[in-house]
Amino acid sequence: MVTVKVNGKSHQVDVPSDMPVLWVLRDVLGMTGTKFGCGMALCGACTVQLDGQAIRSCLTPVSAAAGKAITTIEAIGATPAGKKVQQAWIALDVPQCGYCQSGQIMSASALLARNASPTDADIDAAMAGNICRCGTYGRVRAAIKRAAQRSSISGTGARS
Amino acid sequence: MTAASRREFVAILAAAGGGLLLGYRAEGAQGAASSAAAATTSPGFAPNAFIRIAPGGGITLIMPQAEMGQGVYTSLPMLLAEELEVAPGQIRLEHAPPDDKLYANPFFGEQMTGASSSVRAFYEPLRRAGATARAMLVAAAAASWNVDPASCRAHKGVVTHTPTRRSLTYGVLAARAAALQVPDKVTLKDPKDFTLIGTPAKRLDTPSKVNGTAQFGIDVQLPGMLIATVAASPVLGGKVARLDEQKAKAMPGVRQIVRLDDGVAVVADHMWAAKQGLAALDIRWDDGPNAKLSTPDIVQGLAKASESPGVTARKDGDPESALAGAAKKVEAVYEAPFLAHVTMEPMNCTVHVRKDSCEVWTGSQVLSRARATAAEVTGLPLEKVVVHNHLLGGGFGRRLEVDYVTQAVRIAKQVNAPVKVVWTREEDVQHDVYRPYYYDRLAAGIDSQGRPVAWTHRIVGPAIIARYVPLFFKDGKDVDAVDGAVQLLYDIPAIRVEHVRHEEPALNTGFWRGVGVTHNNFVVESFIDELAAASTQDPVAFRRAMLGKSPRARAVLDLAAKEGRWGTPLPRGRGRGVALLYSDWGSYLAQVAEVEVTGSGDIRVRRIVCAVDCGRIVNPDIVRAQIESGVVYGISGALWGEVTLKDGRVEQSNFHNYRVLRMNEAPPVDVHLVRSGEAPGGIGEPGTAVTAAALSNAIYAATGKRLRKLPLQPGLASSTR
Repeated sequence: MVTVKVNGKSHQVDVPSDMPVLWVLRDVLGMTGTKFGCGMALCGACTVQLDGQAIRSCLTPVSAAAGKAITTIEAIGATPAGKKVQQAWIALDVPQCGYCQSGQIMSASALLARNASPTDADIDAAMAGNICRCGTYGRVRAAIKRAAQRSSISGTGARS
Repeated sequence: MTAASRREFVAILAAAGGGLLLGYRAEGAQGAASSAAAATTSPGFAPNAFIRIAPGGGITLIMPQAEMGQGVYTSLPMLLAEELEVAPGQIRLEHAPPDDKLYANPFFGEQMTGASSSVRAFYEPLRRAGATARAMLVAAAAASWNVDPASCRAHKGVVTHTPTRRSLTYGVLAARAAALQVPDKVTLKDPKDFTLIGTPAKRLDTPSKVNGTAQFGIDVQLPGMLIATVAASPVLGGKVARLDEQKAKAMPGVRQIVRLDDGVAVVADHMWAAKQGLAALDIRWDDGPNAKLSTPDIVQGLAKASESPGVTARKDGDPESALAGAAKKVEAVYEAPFLAHVTMEPMNCTVHVRKDSCEVWTGSQVLSRARATAAEVTGLPLEKVVVHNHLLGGGFGRRLEVDYVTQAVRIAKQVNAPVKVVWTREEDVQHDVYRPYYYDRLAAGIDSQGRPVAWTHRIVGPAIIARYVPLFFKDGKDVDAVDGAVQLLYDIPAIRVEHVRHEEPALNTGFWRGVGVTHNNFVVESFIDELAAASTQDPVAFRRAMLGKSPRARAVLDLAAKEGRWGTPLPRGRGRGVALLYSDWGSYLAQVAEVEVTGSGDIRVRRIVCAVDCGRIVNPDIVRAQIESGVVYGISGALWGEVTLKDGRVEQSNFHNYRVLRMNEAPPVDVHLVRSGEAPGGIGEPGTAVTAAALSNAIYAATGKRLRKLPLQPGLASSTR
């Protein structure tokens, strides 16, 4: 038995300790918002946050998440940065097929939570690991900037 | 639209998107199956296959085409809603069930989402469907008030008798309208009266795609469902020779090993166990007849085939004599490699085979084909097979094939539970249905004034149409293989375009975001650039002078040149390239690409400008998004895309060796739209097809190196050596 804390809730799961978080989320807990893309941490579709940090869940063993808080796309809207990112994504109609967007949003909200006004270089560094075959990159970039702007205007800051 | 109503609009849409998915989820495993039945048994109003209005007022639009990112779950509802007179926020969407009679794409006569055709093919039928329903609702209201229908007006789901201001909602009218005869003739709106078509209405699917609730095929969950992953023979045509499954079977979570003649699947409690189990299998393959084939063998076959003439698709004047008599002759051979699609959602399909029925959950561009293959594999009659479609995590033509459905049903036949078959990325890259390798021979004659007087283009590659839609393959002509080449708009008096059919033995080949055009536009627009250079003319001016009979093409060329700052100076190492596209999609597109070649020979795309005339635009923001998308897909393919074979095996396996464009490499893409009242043109694929030539021409401008073989990055590296 392994205990994982996902979106504030603890779950006891009977899985091998080397099982990646991705499959625990999708196939054991039934949380399918986090996506499988490559299984080698090359595409970012499986990105979740571990104690606020963006990680690739397809290569992170569930044992590495012990005692830490996993946040997924299903709950990212409850964080200040995540909410602003989702709103910006809707305002600019970023997604196309949408399959990679959970990962894009998890990476973008982790970025904004630690850096309220990222430069283009910051965005490149944080987002280069998230592949989008529909090519929404231009809108992802614009939406991150829009979310950052909203953060500074509202004065609540993106740091949570 | 005012700011306040805009906000309201977005809020309503957000609710609609959530509702769509909640509804879909609530229906669960069985519910969606009965959606077709609901259309016929519901006491509500269902004047056609696309609209259902419940007595309570719920308005459901049934989507005949698959949503794979291209925005049809917004643009098609806009067509219906415009004429039905409902607001996007009032509607709920539902995937159509497999049914060629009700939901065939009028262009193909079957349910098919491809060839950039959804808006073109459904532009009138869906407006007509909406207008018919509206006319009946208005007639029902007028009858209940005993007034002239012409004195009534429909707006946002309510019919109002204008003189007395009495009104009835569609929900109230549904039962009464259902009793009326469907009118033969309805009047469609004059485009000047459109309130929705032509506006950048928000996408209906966005809200569910930012919070994890969007349901793709891979997200299906069923009670008792098992997960399988599969290894098909690494060589096409190979078989399982020997299998030792002891180790895999003993692994925790592994339930069953399913052996097919050409593959093995491991069925488990979850994907991790299935993957571990697959890795633990000891499979010996009999590689079969393709065991020794490698890419050079295939290219050699194509090159040999290119020496003989093919089927002529276009002949103007006497090209051979014109060529012989020309002052100058230019000849070239162009090559384009096998390409994988690499949709973000790997191939997957969930199947439950029972004794007398079969149920399938997947994402498909050809739903009726998915049902047909399931029926064939199980031996069940069609009506015993239910298929549920989902949002597609990318299509690009990959999901026009049903190989992954066929295989999943073959596996599920041996499993006593619903089973979700998920391919690993490696399996996805190595068992794709690839964009074919093409080999093209071109020759052109130029007169003493530098004007082209002859053009011959011989395309060598497979006839996908012959396999995929044999009915459309007439007199040996594959319309797709020559698409984008046969329409050559340039004023050249003598032209021959021909296709030599040459099938690849060792890889399955199919459509890839505009297959024929993706390669033909690269070839044609690169070779035109070569002719401009051979007659020492500016590439834009050279093209422009030959477009006197094609004002729409000339307009987009001019616009792209202006917005792309054509002719203004660039720093050393940079260059601009232009390409023009026109094809059976019916859209005109010109692109100016700005490229930098670094000191170390890396190609960096700095800026892309596109000018687009796609006829009447349903949603300009979606058109822009599709061009942005197509360009990025095109850059990946043009710079790096290449699948190679060694000893019958695909050498690439995942994103580390099948490179695609990333955020930090993506240039800004500026899209300029031409206003037009012409018939709508396709928009999902042109952005991809036009990009390779523009990039190659830009590299030529930057370096003086003409690259005649894709992909460009390795091509440039080898030409530098």
